[in-house]
Amino acid sequence: MSTRRSRSSQSGSSRNNISDDQISELVSKLQQLLPELQNRRSNKVSSAMVLQETCNYIRSLHREVEDLSERLSELLATTDTTSAQAAIIRSLLM
Amino acid sequence: MPNPNTLTIDSKRKKPRKLENHTQKQSTRWRTASEQQIYSSKLVDALRQVRSNPTSTPDVRLPASARAIRDAADRALAFTAKGRTRWSRAILTNRLKLRLLKKKKKPRIINCSTKKPGTGCNRLKLPALQRRVRVLGNMVPGCRKLSFPLLLEETTDYIAALEMQVRTMAALAELLTSSSSASRLTTSMPG
Repeated sequence: MSTRRSRSSQSGSSRNNISDDQISELVSKLQQLLPELQNRRSNKVSSAMVLQETCNYIRSLHREVEDLSERLSELLATTDTTSAQAAIIRSLLM
Repeated sequence: MPNPNTLTIDSKRKKPRKLENHTQKQSTRWRTASEQQIYSSKLVDALRQVRSNPTSTPDVRLPASARAIRDAADRALAFTAKGRTRWSRAILTNRLKLRLLKKKKKPRIINCSTKKPGTGCNRLKLPALQRRVRVLGNMVPGCRKLSFPLLLEETTDYIAALEMQVRTMAALAELLTSSSSASRLTTSMPG
């Protein structure tokens, strides 16, 4: 199976170097990035929860990018080229 | 009036330090105004090219033009990362692969837990955690086989970059909305 092959090619250092403390430290660092979990204390939130919230957050960010892409495609199709570009350039320079 | 060229030089002055500090610098880098301006200028260039060369790639979720914009935005984001992270390099190489092979996207269902009954490399992790880590690895481009600390490092940078992408595209959309309404007002007024 291709998954077995990929697992064996994974770096061997990950087998020995990762301790539980390291994991919880990294997870707490990740927790600080998430807007939903920033208010809660870390001992109330499990590592699995943080990871799941991370996946959900990335998914929602992807969704936002897709929605914005749709909106931008509509806007770019309808707006006048010269005035739009002038406005953009003006905002970039300021 | 700040010149875009000087802003580029400013962002290059940040020298890479130790790994942890480097990660911090990377994450906060995406929040600076200069990075956002760099990205927005790259994005505008990419969007201009998309307008002149409309692609016809079919996609289930997005219409063709929107998908082209999303791809252009992702590419511009990856360029702005200056190749320092795996996810940005993966985006740039994946675009090439997709054009050649027309790869199907992996479904987001967690189906890897059945293949991996806890006999993986990290025996210290619980199966629930392992599952979540695998899902996370699938979501960040090019990071499926990474070890846990590296994956979290990439995730940190990826999330910060995505947030900047959303901010920039939203600002651009607002700008286009306001400018189009303004131009409509001026053109509709009798000269």
